[in-house]
Order: sequence, then structure tokens, then C-alpha cells
Amino acid sequence: MACAGLLIVGGCSSAQEPVPANGSVTPAAGPPAAAEADGAVTIADSWVKSTLGAEDTTMTAAFGVLTNHTDKDLTVVSATNSASGRTELHEMAMADGAMVMRPVAGGITVPAGGSTTLEPGGLHVMIMDVQTPLPPGEQVTVSLTFDNGSTMSFQTLTKEFAGANENYQGGETGGMSMGTDAATAGTEHSAGVSTPGTATSHG
Amino acid sequence: MLFAAGSGVIGGAAAVAATATALAADRERSTIARVERDALLARSTFVGTGMEPAAGKHQSGVVTAPQAHSVFAAFDLREGVDAAAVGRLMRLLTDDITRVTSGRAALADTAAELAATPARLTVTVGFGPGLFARTGLTEQQPAGLVELPAFPKIDQLQDRWSGGDLLLHICADDAMVVAHTQRMLLKDTRAFAVPRWFQRGFRRAVGSGIPGSGDRNLMGQIDGTVNPATDTEFDAVVWDTGPGWFAGGTTMVLRRIRMDLDRWDELDRSAMEQVMGRHLDTGAPLSGSAEHEEPDLAALDFTGLKAIPDFAHLRLARGDGPARQILRRPYNYDDSPDADGASDVGQLFCSYQADIGRQFVPMQQRLAESDLLNKWTTPVGSAVFAILPGFEAGQWLGQGLLG
Repeated sequence: MACAGLLIVGGCSSAQEPVPANGSVTPAAGPPAAAEADGAVTIADSWVKSTLGAEDTTMTAAFGVLTNHTDKDLTVVSATNSASGRTELHEMAMADGAMVMRPVAGGITVPAGGSTTLEPGGLHVMIMDVQTPLPPGEQVTVSLTFDNGSTMSFQTLTKEFAGANENYQGGETGGMSMGTDAATAGTEHSAGVSTPGTATSHG
Repeated sequence: MLFAAGSGVIGGAAAVAATATALAADRERSTIARVERDALLARSTFVGTGMEPAAGKHQSGVVTAPQAHSVFAAFDLREGVDAAAVGRLMRLLTDDITRVTSGRAALADTAAELAATPARLTVTVGFGPGLFARTGLTEQQPAGLVELPAFPKIDQLQDRWSGGDLLLHICADDAMVVAHTQRMLLKDTRAFAVPRWFQRGFRRAVGSGIPGSGDRNLMGQIDGTVNPATDTEFDAVVWDTGPGWFAGGTTMVLRRIRMDLDRWDELDRSAMEQVMGRHLDTGAPLSGSAEHEEPDLAALDFTGLKAIPDFAHLRLARGDGPARQILRRPYNYDDSPDADGASDVGQLFCSYQADIGRQFVPMQQRLAESDLLNKWTTPVGSAVFAILPGFEAGQWLGQGLLG
């Protein structure tokens, strides 16, 4: 997979990506005058899971590989999306011997000069309170806000995907509240399922 | 990946060396190992990293040198799938195609390692007449895309091999690549369309065909000798030259033609050659002695009869001038024999032409009327598709129609 990793790193200047599905980075509009407006953080291989076929069509997630081109760590502290009014930053973690999904404490850090992968079974941008189900091929815009106040946004496509079901366990146990430990252990969709499509180790 | 392949070869040589150990000294063993390894390496052809371009004026997989393995996958649009939904599907497929043809996994591929060696993978997308009708785009249907007339003297068409709103034609020099690509594209397509038929075909393995010669079909005949081969010829024969959204596209005719090999076997060799109009061994026209020689349709044989008979396939399949040629890109199929032991083999006849009505139909009408080969071949499936123009980076397939 060295090849794929190289391609992802090489292809992360998303302006050169061939089609909209790859997440074209739009410089943030508005006040933050930080370097991010110049594409300090880019995303490659971005996608959103379609809600088609999901038991709970009100929740889904966005994935991709974030790359920080600056020499300072940057942390995603909040997010918004065009498909729903509620977005959270989540992680999968081991708690009491079980994999659970929970809001990630302190946000999602993209290390200076490095990359962070958002993927099923790992860190992800949780899209919640989806009112209109998202069929495959729909365009979704996701905006990220960093700890220095800068923002970035990218447009990506929804894809039908059988995995990432851990995200939906919360609907059974915790209703719409995606608080902590929403996912239960021992389900057939227990986490640890990863998508090699987004290689996990970079820089 | 070259390194990996090399390792495998060296591993094989090591096994040979292990045998030698029992028989000879270390020095002799290492010599054998080296000679054996060098011989294997000299013969090896590693094709996994071969790539065909995804973007461009035309889609790949049409004038691309035919790969060894192929699946023609036809779908029908689901109820309620409109032009906008087809556009969503095309965005997804364009992204998939861009990735997989360059050795990158499609997004959300859970077996991404299978995408690492594309082996000249191409994915070519076409729209059947039904798609234009069902999405309210009949006005935009290319003039060159017409349904074939019935050929009642020869056709025994079955629904299970015919028609279709959407075509995904996947080709690669490795059957594993075709299978994995099919799986990934199926996952992105099934929300929009249901499978109608899948037809798998094969040609000679890479490195198995005789260089410079057309491949033989399962009847043993050299096929595809007469084909446009230069960009000028492709422009004249294959591509729609516009104006309009279809410029750079083409049309495909796919005919599943069953061969009755068991009755063909009843012919003696010279009769087979008369039927084809070519020598079986060299593929040369019966008027000459070399495969690529221009046939002399007026030549007489020693009995005073036409060397190439009036019923010969070669004579009837020839186009009338450059504007009436087609590009042939067939695949072979070989399915399970029936309960009586009769084989189920044949050809997935695939041709490309700018205009089906002008180029393909007249030829097919001549063949249906008089081709003696019809006694041993039966069309059991038939479909036509508009092969979309290519896309440039940042665009998506069909954007000129649906965008």
C-alpha cells in the first residue's frame, strides 16, 4: 500500500483532483486571515456514507484524509454540513472492553506537516439530524473550523457503503442523543473495520 | 510491484536449487539457480502495472488494444431514476473510473489492495436507447444510435442477452481486476439501476497471441484482420465528430453469437475455408497467401470459379468504402455445455461505429441474407449503446448531456 499512500499524499492538493468527489477545498470566506485560506489544510479521498439502506437514515458520517501543510498543529474543533443542521466530531474508542463511538475530546488534530485519516471505525465527522435521506451521488458540503479560528470547506459525494454501521448503534440505545458510549459492544458491526481506501499512516 | 514479481521468480528458482542441493556441490547449485532464474526472468511479462488513460476526448476501451478479459454489464434504470439521478451516478462512476484505472482504490473500497495493479483496466460507459426515453432525453439521443432491425433469417434473440439502458464495459489483462472492478462499480450502480445481463468474454492471454496477427476465434479462424488502426481511420469510422454533446462518442453493437461447433466439425477443412473466404492456417484471403493481403474478389481458382465465393463471410462482411467500415473488438465466451454435451461457445461480437444505421446495418443485412456462416452461427443476444464522449479532468461522464 505504499503506492496508495504516496498517491494520497501526492494528490492532496485537491485542486488537481479530477472530479468533485475528491473534495475540492474552498478557501474560507470571512474574517479568519490565517494561512488556511490558502489551502493550509487540504482533504483527499473524501466521501460521505449515503443513508440508503441504513436503519436510521438520520445519521451518517464524512470521511477523508486531512493534510496539514503548515508547520503548526491544527485541530478541528467544530464542523457544519449542508445536509443537516447538526455535526459532531467523533472517534471510535475502546471503553470497558468494547468499541464505542463518542465525541472526540479536544477535537481532531492534524499534525504539522502530516495527515489525519477520517475513516469508518476511526475518527469521523458525524452528520446528525438528517431530515432528507441522502441517496448515493448527492453532493454534500462539509465545513471545518480549526482551533485558530480559520475554516475550510469541501464538497464531496455520498456513496453507498455497507460498513460504518457502528455509527448507527446510537439510534437503538440512545435515541438521537449521540452522547458517550452510544455504540454497544459485541454487535456484528463492531468497530475495527477500516477502509484501506484511505491509507492510515502518513507523514 | 516489479520487485514482488521478481521475488516470486527467484523463489521458484530457489526450489529448483533445493533439488540440486541433494545432487551436487554448492557451486553447481548456485549456477543452476542463476541460469534457471535468468531464463524465467527473460520469459516473464509483468502486465499488472499497465495503465490506460481514463480522461481524454474519448473514453478508453474502444480503440484501446483489446485486453485479455472483459465483462459487458448491462443495467436497466430503476423506477423513478430521472436525468438528475443518472447525473449523480455518472459523478460516482467518473470518480471510480479515474481512480481504479490508475491503480488507486475506489473510495470506500474495503479491499483496496486489489486495485493496486490495474493491468490496463478500462471502464467504458454507454447509454441504451431506453435510457434516453426513460429520462426524457429522446431529443438528445445521438442520430447514430438506432435499434437494429430484426434479422428474421438468423436471429434467435433471447431477452436475457438483449437490450439494456446502461452499459458498463470493463476490460483488463487480469480477470481478478475485472472481477474486483465489477464489484466496486456494481455497489455504486445498484441504487440507480438493476442488472439486466452480464456477459463475460476473453481473448488470448497477454503474450500468447502471435505478434502482428489477428487473434483466432473459437472456430479457429483468424478474426479482426480488417480493422481501422490509425487515428485518421478512427476519426472516419468510429468517432462522432459533432457538433453537439455527443462529439467524441461512438456507438456499440454487441451481438452474442453462438457457434454450433459440433455441426461445424462436420465440414472438411476446405469447406470451412470456402465459408470464410480465408485460409485457416494463415488467415490469408483465398485469393492470396498472406493474412494482411488485400483480397482479390474477382480472382478465379483453378476450376474457373471465384476463389472467394459469393457466400463467403469475408466478401459479405467488407464495408463499402471507408465510411462504411466498423471497428471490431470481439471477445470469446465459453459457457457450460448442455445436458446432451453440446458446447455453448461463441463470440461476443462487439463493433464500434459512428452511425449504426449507416455503417453496421447494411453490412449486417448482407450477412443475414447470404452469409453461409449463418448455418453454424446464431445471434442469441443483441444490444446497442451510445458510448459517451470522454471526460477531461474535473468533468464527469455525460456532463455534456446531463450537466
